[in-house]
Amino acid sequence: MGRTGGIEAWGLVREFRKGPRAVDGISLHVEPGEVYGFLGPNGAGKSTTVLMLTTLLPPTSGVARVAGYDIVKEGPQVRASIGAALQEAALDPFLTGRDHMRLQAALHGLGRAERGKRTEELLERVGLSEAADRKVKGYSGGMKRRLDLALALVHRPRILFLDEPTTGLDPQSRSALWAEVSRLAREEGVTVFLTTQYLEEADVLADRVGIIDRGRIVAEDTPENLKAEIGRPSVEATPSEGGERDAVARVLRRFGEEIPAQPGAVAVRLEEGDLAEVVRALDAANLKVSNLRLDEPSLDDVFLEKTGRSLEGAGGEGEPQAEEV
Amino acid sequence: MSSSLPVQIGALALRSIVRTVRQPAVIVSALLFPMMFFYINAYGLDAAARIPGFPADSYMDFAFAFPLVQAALFGSITAGADLARDIESGFFDRLSLTPMRPVALLAGMLAGVVALGLLQGVVFIAIGLLMGVTISSGLPGMVVLVLLTVLVALGFGGVGAILALRTGSVEAVESAFPLFFVAIFMSSINLPRSLIEADWFRFVATVNPISYLVEGLRSLVITGWDAQALLLGFGCALAIIVIALAGAGASLRTRVAR
Repeated sequence: MGRTGGIEAWGLVREFRKGPRAVDGISLHVEPGEVYGFLGPNGAGKSTTVLMLTTLLPPTSGVARVAGYDIVKEGPQVRASIGAALQEAALDPFLTGRDHMRLQAALHGLGRAERGKRTEELLERVGLSEAADRKVKGYSGGMKRRLDLALALVHRPRILFLDEPTTGLDPQSRSALWAEVSRLAREEGVTVFLTTQYLEEADVLADRVGIIDRGRIVAEDTPENLKAEIGRPSVEATPSEGGERDAVARVLRRFGEEIPAQPGAVAVRLEEGDLAEVVRALDAANLKVSNLRLDEPSLDDVFLEKTGRSLEGAGGEGEPQAEEV
Repeated sequence: MSSSLPVQIGALALRSIVRTVRQPAVIVSALLFPMMFFYINAYGLDAAARIPGFPADSYMDFAFAFPLVQAALFGSITAGADLARDIESGFFDRLSLTPMRPVALLAGMLAGVVALGLLQGVVFIAIGLLMGVTISSGLPGMVVLVLLTVLVALGFGGVGAILALRTGSVEAVESAFPLFFVAIFMSSINLPRSLIEADWFRFVATVNPISYLVEGLRSLVITGWDAQALLLGFGCALAIIVIALAGAGASLRTRVAR
């Protein structure tokens, strides 16, 4: 990959003193213009990977090139090519949205006239024109995230790093941010490296998904291919009578292997038959269920398949960052 | 695309000044507390002016250096804490991801310190004159008084920057405040060195560079134009600036090492 808008990493490792390897030999390849979803639970190593790829944290070992530039040897070139909205929207509470935009634009070397123009354009695009002259300490979480995104775009970067951009946002703000990220990739050809712990987000936005767990990539492909790898859908049944759980489980196991389910429910991955046959079998056994659900494979199923744990419950204590080695 | 150093410094200085102006509590504290201490000190120790060999007729004139030095200290702690807050909040990382040159960050921060020091110097002199302080060096002396105050603020600001960059912790920077305060009191701030009776205290005050800053400022108020005191005052201020900025620069390079 020459001086393009892609990302490559080979054996990236980051160790912290008194802690496990936060990132343990990650290799990945993101094509220019691609939206790459980096999916994993809390503490998996997502943010540490982003900090390394954005040059804010040196890797313990391994090599990575961002926009064709080495992240260790060519930091200034990397930084000139990227925009980043990190996990916390780091904003100055006493500055207004417009102050932030102008400061960022000045530091990126935009001329005075261009600064004003770009500021207005981006504030408009993220829906903050009306709030532009209010101090950021009065902004909601969604407004801060949108300003964060606008700041990352001031200098028209070819690559955008978004570290859990929608964490803590209400559904409306989340949808608005998804729409903008999609537009950036589709209309402006921006490469997007997006970390998330939300399956839906990775599913909706990403062209390809890398699933990370305990510092390692455990699966990587398009969301469709990853789900197809799992194959069959699953069926989950909740018995009407609590005492009939074992009986329901015996019936369902005829159709496939049992998998983790909601409390009180039984679930199997369908290896043969379909939902109608399951219903008939339960009826024949005179078992009543209060809820019966057919689930197509999700990225959580992929995570479960690859790690033996559900993504929802796999979060650790957060990524170790305190003491460097 | 990369902006010039003056543009970067200007943008960061503007930010530093704007955020200070938008925190009225900071400005009020910066202006109120040093003058409050000055008032209490000046009236409480007024009788000291009758000690034989005391260099001023009025203790108020003698003590006027105190709010100026305290103001410089206050500004340095505020600026250091702001820088540490930037590190804690990730704003420093945001700035680090731009083509900003590290020296611009330091200069921008110190521009805020200088602006606050300038404001404090002018306001304190105005209030001091209203309270009856006589500045023997006249109007030109007042200008030099403000200039030396700003230089002291700049030097202390550099020390605040070192603390912030080394620790990255607001608490660590703020906890240094009492230490600075002790350093001020262990100088000739309350009595001329010749009148300090305890040998160890006199020795500490003699080796304490703050004594020379104080004496330089004080000379403009109580003596007029004392070349030796001014030379020592400006010399110490410049030495502190050079050492502090060198230290801050090294700390900054360590923090942004890539």
